[in-house]
Amino acid sequence: MNRVVITGMGIYSCLGKNIDEVREALFKGKSGIIYDASRKEMGFRSALTGYVEKPVLKGKLKRRDRIGLAEEGEYAYVATVDALEQAGIDMDFVQNNEVGILYGNDSTAQATIEAVDIVREKKDTTLLGSASIFQSMNSTVTMNLATIFKLRGINFTISGACASGSHAIGMAYILIKHGLQHQVICGGAQEINAYSMASFDALSAFSIRESSPTEASRPFDSKRDGLVPSGGAATVILESLESAKKRNAPILGEVIGYGFSSNGDHISVPNVEGPVRALQMCLKDAGVKANEIDYINAHATSTPAGDMNEAMSIDQVFGDAKPYITSTKSMTGHECWMAGSSEIVYSLIMMHNSFIAPNINLETPGKEAAGLNIPSQTVDANIDIFLSNSFGFGGTNASLIIKKYTGE
Amino acid sequence: MLKEQVIETINRLLIEEFEIEEEQLQQVNENLMETLEIDSLDLVDLVVIIERNFGFKVVPEEMAEIDTLQDFYDFVAERAQ
Repeated sequence: MNRVVITGMGIYSCLGKNIDEVREALFKGKSGIIYDASRKEMGFRSALTGYVEKPVLKGKLKRRDRIGLAEEGEYAYVATVDALEQAGIDMDFVQNNEVGILYGNDSTAQATIEAVDIVREKKDTTLLGSASIFQSMNSTVTMNLATIFKLRGINFTISGACASGSHAIGMAYILIKHGLQHQVICGGAQEINAYSMASFDALSAFSIRESSPTEASRPFDSKRDGLVPSGGAATVILESLESAKKRNAPILGEVIGYGFSSNGDHISVPNVEGPVRALQMCLKDAGVKANEIDYINAHATSTPAGDMNEAMSIDQVFGDAKPYITSTKSMTGHECWMAGSSEIVYSLIMMHNSFIAPNINLETPGKEAAGLNIPSQTVDANIDIFLSNSFGFGGTNASLIIKKYTGE
Repeated sequence: MLKEQVIETINRLLIEEFEIEEEQLQQVNENLMETLEIDSLDLVDLVVIIERNFGFKVVPEEMAEIDTLQDFYDFVAERAQ
């Protein structure tokens, strides 16, 4: 079985447009949340959202490549360019190897809605243009990126709600471990437009702390009142250790465990038993004990029930071991289909720079979280091994364990 | 719309929206798709651009009759009157 390492990463998020900007924001505990007044006009209960600027791709991508990209595809493209550059994977390498792509995405709302609006108005589908279909299929991100980068390996989109970005990495890890792929571009992308969040807002699941947007996302805090939607994209390049060494690629970390489960319970309220099984499976796969985990990047989205249940599942599995635990969603909001991948990137940044970004807005932990080691300020800390959780609607759970690569 | 205006508008749209170089537009009597390096998907978008800027809808059978860039100018100029 092959060992699986990470040889490149890229990010385009509300914390920054590249790794350097994001590192700075994480270290300072900056929030990327804003108040978007247009949502109020649309009829949203909460106008809070992460903010990501639209990338400018004209001049960078030729027209045919560019127009098939919907919002989330643009973010994914930018993040992937950076990741491939860091990994030293160029077009020459791609032509001579079967590099694959497994990317997380679970919506294409704006592209679909705008297409329907045109048809309704014009009563003529040809006026949609040639790019509409490539923007509005669920697999828009992978189909476009596979075409742009001329990839010839595995090629499909993984939809697992808010665990999409995590499952994408997990599935790539399995393929590489078993020698079916040697390099896979993984990630998660999330459109941030109002159309994509309207039906989520309908659940009254978002925070309405609109008077102070940067304080609205407060995972584990007793005064949390809901999540804040956010988005962008994050890419990690997974590769077999053998392939990475052969081409002298940088090694940013090693993926040593992937655990998953389904709750078989409520469609939106997570339980404790499901995540516990995913955590245990992950630790077993990694061959590490709970007390060897230095840091947990929690899923915790700032919902009353969700954070509580995750705290209980972590407590059950980690017991006396008190790893540092934070939810970067306190700064980014809930990046949904992107989160599983972006949180690996955030955690890798922390690992490489020996700090733990704060779980901001934690003033009084809720009672389930009171026994957990959750820093609300930046901490200098050495991270050798971290674990990342992502849980989604439908009870889909994913846990990943990444270890620092020391050359052995 | 005067024919010169039609040609100028078409050229502007081809340069701005299709990212075609000015030199490529000199070859008015060569095959349209080859000189402009456009494929069948691009033709779909050409139909949209015509509708939006000249107010009429091209049907696929009409597009099939157009061979050169000059044919295209003539076709649009006639329909745009």
